[in-house]
Amino acid sequence: MYQYDNYDQAMVDARVDEFRDQVKRRLEGKLTEDQFRPLRLMNGLYLQLHAYMLRVAVPYGTLSAKQMRMLGHIARKYDKGYGHFTTRQNIQYNWIKLSDAPDILADLASVEMHAIQTSGNCIRNISSDQYAGVAADEVVDPRPWAELLRQWSSFHPEFSYLPRKFKIAVIASEQDRAAMRLHDIGLELVKRDGVVGARVFAGGGMGRTPMVAPEINDFVTEDEIVSYVEACLRVYNRYGRRDNKYKARIKILVHELGVEEYRRQVAEEFAHMKTLGLNPPTEELARIAAYFADPVYETGLSDDLDRSDPDFALWLDRNVVAHKQPGYAIANISLKPVGGIPGDASAEQIELMADLAERYSMDELRVTHAQNIVLPYVKKADLYTLWRELEAAGLGEANIDQITDIIACPGLDYCSLANARSIPVAQKIAQRFTDNGKEATIGELKLKISGCINACGHHHAGHIGILGVDRKGVENYQLLLGGSGAEDCSLGTITGPGFDENGIVDAVEKVADLYLAQRNDDERFLDTYRRLGMAPFKEALYG
Amino acid sequence: MADFLSFRGDEPTEEPAVTLESFDSQSNASAVRIEPGEDTRELLPFIDRLALVEVNFPAYTDGRGYSAARILREAGYAGELRAVGDVLVDQIAYMRRCGFDSFKPGHPLDEADVDAALARYEDVYQKTVDGSRPIWAKRHQAA
Repeated sequence: MYQYDNYDQAMVDARVDEFRDQVKRRLEGKLTEDQFRPLRLMNGLYLQLHAYMLRVAVPYGTLSAKQMRMLGHIARKYDKGYGHFTTRQNIQYNWIKLSDAPDILADLASVEMHAIQTSGNCIRNISSDQYAGVAADEVVDPRPWAELLRQWSSFHPEFSYLPRKFKIAVIASEQDRAAMRLHDIGLELVKRDGVVGARVFAGGGMGRTPMVAPEINDFVTEDEIVSYVEACLRVYNRYGRRDNKYKARIKILVHELGVEEYRRQVAEEFAHMKTLGLNPPTEELARIAAYFADPVYETGLSDDLDRSDPDFALWLDRNVVAHKQPGYAIANISLKPVGGIPGDASAEQIELMADLAERYSMDELRVTHAQNIVLPYVKKADLYTLWRELEAAGLGEANIDQITDIIACPGLDYCSLANARSIPVAQKIAQRFTDNGKEATIGELKLKISGCINACGHHHAGHIGILGVDRKGVENYQLLLGGSGAEDCSLGTITGPGFDENGIVDAVEKVADLYLAQRNDDERFLDTYRRLGMAPFKEALYG
Repeated sequence: MADFLSFRGDEPTEEPAVTLESFDSQSNASAVRIEPGEDTRELLPFIDRLALVEVNFPAYTDGRGYSAARILREAGYAGELRAVGDVLVDQIAYMRRCGFDSFKPGHPLDEADVDAALARYEDVYQKTVDGSRPIWAKRHQAA
């Protein structure tokens, strides 16, 4: 994985120094809270319901064991012993003191990490495919481009006061594991006549006006991706709406201008930018790519697995994914134990995952946008031992992409924007489908819960989505069906009137029952829904 | 505390800046003021006769002025480029990188804080218009 050189280290060290100074000036009263807010936000620090929340960047979701161990240390020393992995492959801490924040950033900088631009109206952490580098279906490892864009976007002087936040995802497989088309800019790396380039999508997003990003360029060659993205951003910075924060994302600009007109303006700006020498040389991409070269794999390893333990066999079927290298596997660690908080891990669990990565996964981990962890380089021969250790630590849940593998935002339990709680609903649904045994037969079903219209829990992209709203002071939950954040990207449709907290759990069960009764063979829930349409589901819910 | 800062060698332009709208009809004006939302590219045919462009920041959170400044410099504008309005210490380094070379903040700035902010980052990741060589260029300079 990527390693900082002296330049990168100096940048994060300077940032720690700068933020220490900003906190000092705030405490001295030289900065008002209004002036301080965007500065702390650009360091990932939010003021939440009970305390400050600090969001730490995990660039493109890749972590070393040493970095993971530091995340555990921060959870123990500065938080109440927990960290929360997010849908943008980051981690956040919910119980931070402002006066500790500079020290936390210094601890992070000591392991080549930071919280730069993890919030605020700027370019956020670049996300990517959690199986980058090990997926059999990938054209090329997308992470060198993600790292190139990380550096380009860090402290970008023109794009630090954008109309609104800006999220970029980079993938390189036809299978989309990063919800690429629900980003402000999505890049899909492809090869054309042996040359690598990017399909560029712009104007996707969730929130209160969800949109699937349209393609604005079918091929930008690899050496011009930075300047093309820069052109996209400049048009947005100049013309994105600033009169209404709910209409300020690039998706609204693209929608209001129309794709053709946005594309034309970007093309014009791009033609100008080509004359400015903005792109790093190919040697720089090659320098970065060298860090992502394949590790030295052992050869001649067996692909055989002993499936005689049925619990282990279930974990293999659900949590383990094919690796491009014979003898190896990709192992997912679920952070969705039934009854737990989706995406949460204790300091001890985080440290254990670091140890396991060191012992079984060539020192590397990934964070997924579904709030789980991946060990990307596990020898098949080690899988059983690994699973036993995960089981012992409460990390052995075999439910990846199942109905209990729920994405949920922090909701009203933590977040100052939320209208309703998300976590208890996730817990009740997971408990219901475990107790009634239906989880075992349903198969892939992505359920996503947001506690407000801002959609941090990706409810628009859930096969089943749940949106918490406030209805005359009472929490109410709307149900959506048919969304997907994958390569078959689509937005869910609201079924009808909402439900109370127990009612939404019953409603999900009714929907699942109809699916179980109507599905053909191995059909997924999403495919059954797409075949049948909304009508029978509505009938089951409200008829 | 300073209510005007210049990073140019010459004297500040004293001529009052006219609005972009009236600049179009006043062919002798050499100082103009750009508001957010105005298209700075309308000035490009006239950059040789301009001595001062003021870019107004009614609120520091409105970042359109950064693009306006950079566009002028990219087109070769060499006159004074002044940020006015809600200009704060923590934005000045970015403004310098986008080509601003003078500042007239709405509230006076502590010069020591400004100096510290400008000195803090030795290097930059992007090529812009301030002449700084980006880190990627330094990494690959001929030995």
